[in-house]
Parts: sequence; C-alpha cells; structure tokens
Amino acid sequence: MDRLLFLLATGLARGAIFALFALALVLIWRAARVVNFAQGAMAVVATYVAFAVTGLTGSYWIGLASALVAGGLMGLVVERGVMRFATHASPLSGVIIAIGVVMVLQSALGIAFGPNARPMEAPFPETPILLGGVPVLSPYDLFVLVVAVGLMGLLALLFTRTSLGLQLRASAFAPEVSRLLGVRVARMVTAGWVLASAVGALAALLLVPTELGLNPHSADMLFVSAFTVAVVGGLDSPPGALIGGLGVGVLISLVTGYLGATVAPIAVLVLLVAVLLVRPGGLFAATEARTA
Amino acid sequence: MSAGTQAPLSAGPLTTSIRAGERGGARSRRPTPRLLVTALVLTVVAIGATFLLDPYRNYQFALIAATFCATAGLTLLIGLTGQLSLGHAALMAAGGYGYALTANALTEAGIDGVPRFVLSLAGAVAASGLLGLLLGLAAARLKGPYLSGVTLVLVIALPAFTAVFSGVLRGDQGVQIAYDGVPELLRTIIAVEQWQAWVAILVAAVFVTWLAALRNGSAGLRMRAVRDDETAARLQGVRAGRVKVLAFTASSITAGAGGAVLCFVTQSVSPGAYTLAFSLLLVVAVVIGGLGSLLGAFLGSIVIVMLPWLIQTATGALDLSADAAQRLTGNLPVLVFGVLLIVVTAAWPGGIRGALPKRPRRGATSAPTEEPSTTSAAAPIPTTTER
Amino acid sequence: MSHARPRSAPRRTVAAVAAASALLVAMSACSTPSGGDPAEAAPGVTDDTVTIGTHQPLTGPAAAGYSSISAATTAYFAYLNENGGVNGRTIEYLVKDDGYNPANTQTVVRELVQDDEVFAILNGLGTPTHTSVLDYLNQNEVPDLFVASGSTNWNQPEKYPWTFGFNADYVTEAEALAQYADDEFAGKSVCVLGQDDDFGDEFIEGLENVLGEGSLASVQRYSVSNQDVVAQIGAMQAAGCEVNMLATVNGFTALAIGTAAKLGYQAQWMSSSSGGDAVTLAGFLGDAAPLLLEGFVTTNYLPYAPGNEWDDLFRQINDEYNDGAPFDGNTVFGMSVGYLFAEALAKAGDTPTRQGIVDAIQSGDLVGNGLVPLAFGADSHAAYKGVSITTVADGVQDFIGVTYVSDGSGGVEPYDGEAVPLENDGVPTS
Repeated sequence: MDRLLFLLATGLARGAIFALFALALVLIWRAARVVNFAQGAMAVVATYVAFAVTGLTGSYWIGLASALVAGGLMGLVVERGVMRFATHASPLSGVIIAIGVVMVLQSALGIAFGPNARPMEAPFPETPILLGGVPVLSPYDLFVLVVAVGLMGLLALLFTRTSLGLQLRASAFAPEVSRLLGVRVARMVTAGWVLASAVGALAALLLVPTELGLNPHSADMLFVSAFTVAVVGGLDSPPGALIGGLGVGVLISLVTGYLGATVAPIAVLVLLVAVLLVRPGGLFAATEARTA
Repeated sequence: MSAGTQAPLSAGPLTTSIRAGERGGARSRRPTPRLLVTALVLTVVAIGATFLLDPYRNYQFALIAATFCATAGLTLLIGLTGQLSLGHAALMAAGGYGYALTANALTEAGIDGVPRFVLSLAGAVAASGLLGLLLGLAAARLKGPYLSGVTLVLVIALPAFTAVFSGVLRGDQGVQIAYDGVPELLRTIIAVEQWQAWVAILVAAVFVTWLAALRNGSAGLRMRAVRDDETAARLQGVRAGRVKVLAFTASSITAGAGGAVLCFVTQSVSPGAYTLAFSLLLVVAVVIGGLGSLLGAFLGSIVIVMLPWLIQTATGALDLSADAAQRLTGNLPVLVFGVLLIVVTAAWPGGIRGALPKRPRRGATSAPTEEPSTTSAAAPIPTTTER
Repeated sequence: MSHARPRSAPRRTVAAVAAASALLVAMSACSTPSGGDPAEAAPGVTDDTVTIGTHQPLTGPAAAGYSSISAATTAYFAYLNENGGVNGRTIEYLVKDDGYNPANTQTVVRELVQDDEVFAILNGLGTPTHTSVLDYLNQNEVPDLFVASGSTNWNQPEKYPWTFGFNADYVTEAEALAQYADDEFAGKSVCVLGQDDDFGDEFIEGLENVLGEGSLASVQRYSVSNQDVVAQIGAMQAAGCEVNMLATVNGFTALAIGTAAKLGYQAQWMSSSSGGDAVTLAGFLGDAAPLLLEGFVTTNYLPYAPGNEWDDLFRQINDEYNDGAPFDGNTVFGMSVGYLFAEALAKAGDTPTRQGIVDAIQSGDLVGNGLVPLAFGADSHAAYKGVSITTVADGVQDFIGVTYVSDGSGGVEPYDGEAVPLENDGVPTS
C-alpha cells in the first residue's frame, strides 16, 4: 500500500510535466494544425538560456523568466522563419520541416556546448514530505504541480474570457471566416506558436532538475512521452492533455515500480495503440474526423 | 539501385496509360516485360560497377542498396498514400531479426550457402510483413499525426522489446550470425565486400522491381485515389482501408528486406543500429530525393550514406583542436541534413528528382492537368510523386 | 496517350544506365581490390610511422563522460612521438566517432581497416558496439587490442585469437566489491541496481559468486533510455538496503545517489569502476557532490591517485598535450591504454607485424602500469584480473591499500604485491 502511494505520487509529479508539455503541443495543433516535432529541441534551447542567465545572475527566477521569453522568441523565429513555408502545403510538410528544425537545433547545441550534461539546481528542496511515514511529494514536486495546474487555469481563462483568446480560437477553427470578420489569422497563428513554445520551455525547465542534467538531448524522451499524452488525450483537447499527462505519468511510474524500467516503453506503446484503436482521434476528441 | 533508376523513369507513361484507359479495370500488362528488362539491365550495370570499386566503397555500395530497399518502400508509402511513418527503422530491425534468427536456426540444422540465405530472407520478409500488417491495420484507422505518433513510439520501444525478450533477441548486444563467405566458384575473382555488394544489389533489384510493378499497376492507382480524396475513392468502390493496409505491408516488407541485407553484410543485428535518428534519416532520404520517386529514394540513400562520411573526411582534413573536431564530427552531418530537410521541403518540394531534367513526355505536358482529383491542400508534396 | 510509350523507353534506359555508370565511376577511388603481398610491410606500418585506429562515442547521448578517453590516448601518443616514438616510429591514432551505435561502428571500423589501412584497432569502446565488429576483425586477422569494456566476451582466445580486453571484467570487479562489503560491512543487507544488459547481468553474477545465490535483498534494474530511477531507489529504500552495489555508468551512478538524497535515504554506495569516477560524478551532482560522495566506494586497477608517479606524469602530459583538459579517471584510462600499446609495439620488434604484436602480448612479458599484474598469456586474453578498492575521503578519491585478484574459481583473494613502477618517463623501450 505504501509502495503504491509512493509510486502514484511520483507518477503524478512527473505526469504534471508531461501534461504541461503536451499542452504546448495541443496549443500549436489548435493554432496551426501542425504537430510540432521541434517542441523538445526548442524547449532545450530556451533551457540553455535559462541555465546561462541563472549562472550569471544567481537567481532561479530570472532564469525562469528568461526561459519563457526565449521560448516565446523561439516560437516566433521558427514559425516566421521556417514553418510559414509549410502552412499551406500538405500536413506532412509541416511535420517534416519540424523534424528538420530538431536536427538543426540539436546539432547546433552539440557543436556549441558539447555532449556533457550540466547539473541544474531546483529552486525548492527535492526531499519528499512524509505523510504517515510514507514519502510522498517533495516541495519541488508541489511547485511543479502548482505551476502546471495554475498555468492551465490561466490558459483556460485566456481562451474563454479574453478577446485575444476568442480570436485565437476563431482563427484555429475557421480561418477563412475569421479572416472575413477581420481577425488577423496569420498573426494569431504566430501568437499560438509563441504561447505554446513558452509553455514548452517552462515544462523542459521544470523537468531538467529532476534528471541527469542539461544536454542537447534532455527533452527527447519528454517529447515522446508528451506526444503520446497529446495523442491519447486528443490533439484538440487541453483537458485531454492534463488528464492524459497525469495518466501516462502514473502508468510509467507503476509499470517501472512493479514490472521494471525495461517494460515501461512497451506499456506506453500498448496504451497508445489501444486508445487509438478504440478512439482514433484520442480519448477527448471533440468531434470524430470525417472518414467517409 | 538498378531497378530504382529505371522505375521512376518508366513511371510516367505507365501511369499515363492507366489513367487514360482502364481505370481500376483490366491491368495494363504490356509494361511489365519492359520493367523487367530495364531492371535486369540496370542490375547488370550495377554489378559491373562493383568491379570499379575498392572493398570499402563496395561496402558502402551494399549499405546504399540496403538503405534503398527501405527508402523505396517509404517513399511509396508517403508519396502514394500520404501515410508518414517515422518507424521504418523498427521495420528494418524486424527484418534483420527475422533474418538472423532464421539463419541461426538453419545453421544449427546444418543448412548453409544459398538455401540458408534465401530461407532467411523469407524469414525476414515474414517478420517485417507481419509487423507491417499489424501496424497497417492500426494505421488504416488513423490520420496523419496519429499514425506518425504510433510509429515514433514503436521505434523508441524497440530496445525495450529486445531487452524484455532478451532470451531470443539478446538485448542490446543483438544477434550475431555465421559468416557467409564468397562462394567457391567466385573466390578467385572477387573479394568478400564485392560479393556482399552483389547480394545487396540483387535483393534491392528484386524488391524494388516488385514495388515498381505494384505502383504501376492497379493497386498503385487505387492508392493515389485514396490519398487524393478518400471519400471519392470510396464512392468509386475502392476499399480505402484495405488499400492502406496493403501499402503499409508492402512498404514494410521491402524495409525488412533492407534489414536482412544489412544483417547479411554485417553479420549482426542489434537495437542500437535502428534508432529514431536512423528512422528520421530515412525520412530525410526520401524527402530530399523527392517524395514518391524511386529514383529519388535511391539518390537520397546515396546522400545519407555518403554525406556523413564525406563530412567526417573533410573535418578530419581541417586542422582543428581535438575538442572542436569531436564536437563537429558527429553533429555537422546532422546539421546539414536538418538544413537540407527544411530547404527542400520549403523551397524545393520535388527534391533532387524534381530538379533533374524532365524526361520527354509526349501528349502529357504537365502532371497536374492529368491528375484527376488532386486536392489543393495536398499540393506541393503529392504532385511531385508523379514526376 | 499510349503512343508515348514505345519510343521513349529505350532512350530513357540508356540515359539511366549512363547516369548510373557515371555515378559509380565517380564513387570509385580508382583502386581495385588487391590481395596483399606477404613480403610487404604490415598494413599501417611504414619506416617511420605506425597507424592505428579506434571507434569511440564522441556524439550522441552516450558521448558524455567517454569522449575524453580518446583525447587522452591521443595526448599520450603525442608525448611519446615527441620523445622518439617506438623503435623510431611515431604512432598515428585515428579516432572515429560511432555515436555508440553498432551500425556506425561497423562502418567506421571497415573504413579504418580497408580505407585507412590501420595496423590495429585499439581500445574500441562499448560492449554492444564492439561485439558487432568482433567477427569482422578476427576474420580479417586485424589485431583488436585492449577493448574498452569489462565484458568477459573479449577473453576467448580460441574463438577470437586477435581480440584482447583491457578493463578488469565486471565479474571480477563485483566479486572484489562483494568481498570488501562482506569484510567491512558484515551483516548489513546488500542490494544492487544494475543496467538491464550484460553489464548488469555479469555484475550480479559476480556478487552472487561471493555472497551466495539469493542473498541480495533487492535486485533493481534500470534502462538507459529512462532517466528516472525514483521507483527503483524507492524500492531499495523500502527493502531496507544498507549497502547498495551499482552496475551503472557514470550518469546513472550520479542519478542513483542524487535520487536517494532527494528521498532522504542514506546508504553505503559501492560502484563498478565503469561508473565510479568521482570527478565525473561531481560534474553531474553539482554543488551537493562533496557531501553525497563522501565514503563512496569503487574500484580501480590503474594508478589514478594523488601523488602516484604515473599520475604525476599523466597530469603533466595532460597539461602539455591535451590543452589542460579536466583530469579524471578517464584521462588515466586513456593514457594507460596508450602506454600498454606502446609497450606491446616495442616488444613486437623492429619490423612489427600483426602476428608479431599478438605474439608479443601472448608472451606474457608485458608489464603495463596497473596495480595488479597483467594476466595476458597464450590462454588468457584478459588484461586485469584484479582490482584495488578506492574510497572518497574529504572529497579525494584514493586507494585504501586493499587489493583483490581473482582466484579463478568464482571468488577473489587478497593481493599484496607491488604496483608497477614508472620507468623511463613512461616511454617504453624494447
């Protein structure tokens, strides 16, 4: 029982980061109908910026702010610089260009900083608080959960309560109509990219202190897990990203704890295939895609 | 390579004739003999070319041929059905393991030489075909990013499969097989690398010719119909699901044959050789070659095999500090591939194939006009498939 | 439209044939396969140079922590060459990146053997990577010297007569650590965290050889693809483990110790030398390193200790020929490999041949620079069959004077012989 509680708590903390990163994927998908395969690499670039800034200023929080800014800038540069060429092409070209961006960013980071992992400190202790003698969540885990849930709440407000949010949604769902109604669709797509990239950068920044350290491949597995989360939850659905993220986090934790670390990737694959066979658009897909 | 250089060249008129006449009806039979003749000629040329190469170059040639098997399948899958698979490395691995396990079983049973090779190749085809069929069944229900996601996670999970079933698949170390030397008759004439290049060329020729025939026949027509407008195709009586499954399975089988050739050449198969990075390189090859084109897939295979080697040789010639050389050596090729991928997709969607001089086409001035139902949303990439 | 068909096809075929031929001619390097003349000098050997090569992970996720080895070997050879080389020949060391990917290993090793025509492959790194070229090197009778991995696979003189290991193997290492734990921490419950491959398997085998089968209180495994070991460390904590053995690479040793600290779990950590370099671990652990690594136990068989004469020489070489790169266990490892090769080459005589250097190693005359004697012989292709225990005290990793060698029957015995002294400033003479 203690073991179960421990694994559940660990899974939730990790799942919150998956959820946040998956949310970034969902935001871009909604804005531009592209799965941003470069999200991980872009977030790692922003994390390197945060690492450098924290090293210079000594403040984690200034580093965090700079990661958000750098993430947003990455979104702007990638969307305006390369993705623009893909948006009116087939859906495949967006994915392929994004893969190209991954290769460019990872190899550039490798050339600039080398392969070694750089340790990053968490802003709060990572020693878990005991709950009835069982170690549950650390202050840092709580911080991650609060940030993830809080940010999702803010985004929900943004999309439902503000004019910008309304325009973002409108241009994602009906670009032609929105354009006729005076919404600057291209600008909204860019705004979606900036927003999503900042969120992705934050997720990577939260993840790195729990792992080996910062290196060009730090977000590889985060991307794969979060992509699974987004697909399982439904690429259109922010609540799907949250619930899917926590679900996948707990699944990996339980499988690792009870069956072994080796089995975890297989469990993820089985979950993904099972969900998609039952619901090809993900668990929380709003509408079934037209098939015939 | 042989069949590859030939196939796209003959594709134009063949598809034209099908379009013009028997839509989904009686199969056009006349082109097949010519396809075979051209395949044969090019295979002989390729085999002749191995005499010009030193052993290491022949080894690279064999790698290109093996890679070509996989990229040929992938380019048709993406170009003809619009299904983007990021997991073709895993399908190659399935073929490699199928080959290695069959070969080891046969070695124990005392069978060797050509029968062992052919039966092991059949094992590779069976393994990769089965996996491809299963994936294809799932893929038929999935749209673009969802299919890419499943194949991505599949290739990530490959090391886990080999570790969980390490009794058979031997974990990270992979499976080693007995060495197949040059047959007695040829031993005085050719070195082992040249022999391996011959085998690789022959296997690539057979499988790519099969793909070309498939594409040029009615199956290829149905695939294009489903890609361009699935609903319209269904209304015409095309069973879209079945077409997609067929395409995925065929593509998987040729990838598996490529994996088998790699296993034959290197006498081993291991999960570390079939990573996500390699999977993405296959995508790079078909994109820069020109999606849907077999010639493009061949040229793309040359690029992904030769470019890292060229860049390593070039950086080795520069007088760099040890640290700088270390950072550049593996990263620079990836950087170049990334830039190529972006530039080709954004600015040059026909890839290398599209940039080559157009072959003379009589009675057919431009591809788009004869495309019956190319949707505008699918413009840049799919239209290049006919070039 | 069918009228378009008949005429264009042959022309296209001709064009395609021409294009393909041109392409292949362009690819060819104007050379045809040659049989090789036995009267000629061995491949890679000229009057004043010997060219050898290696495959190492310089890029990709596995590169962290290993890319410094080949740089150190290169620096040692630069020092050696400046001091006259071996028998008047300088050594050229070609380092190829394989990214820890067996497919790349196969390609770069063929390139080294066929294109660069190296004399031998030295210190190829990694078990899965090197396994993939084992058959190739032995079929082509290329000396495959001092493989950088503790797998027992390299020590098969009958099957692989051209292959020699370097590292103390994982089984011997685990036996020594288990013996030390049994002597020093008797009665405490011993557990293990192992990589989910042969490294972990052989290490666990060694532990059980000494401690007895089923005596480990908890056996946990990790996969390199998942940098989250909370579940495993949590299980060890729950099982009440007091002495934790680690069959882990450096990154995961740091991860295990760091994760335990985060869980508020204290235990005695003992690691394989493959993941036991304190300087590298400190790089991963950051500011908390001195506290977390205090008392950390691992093994070594090479003279990596402050004040040791070899260590001093290697530090000098590192400053002078390696741009003063960070000096750690990998540096000593890389330079020791270079020294052992130079010694073998010197023993192979004035006109070294491939068979000659293999005979020289098998003669058992090599001394090396280890803390235990080299085990090379006609029926042993293993280099070190023993290790010395090190601990971290006040932030310094040093030997404590406890050394074990394999007793050849699933156990270890104490060894009190002297370490090999430094001779002739680390420049071997024949």
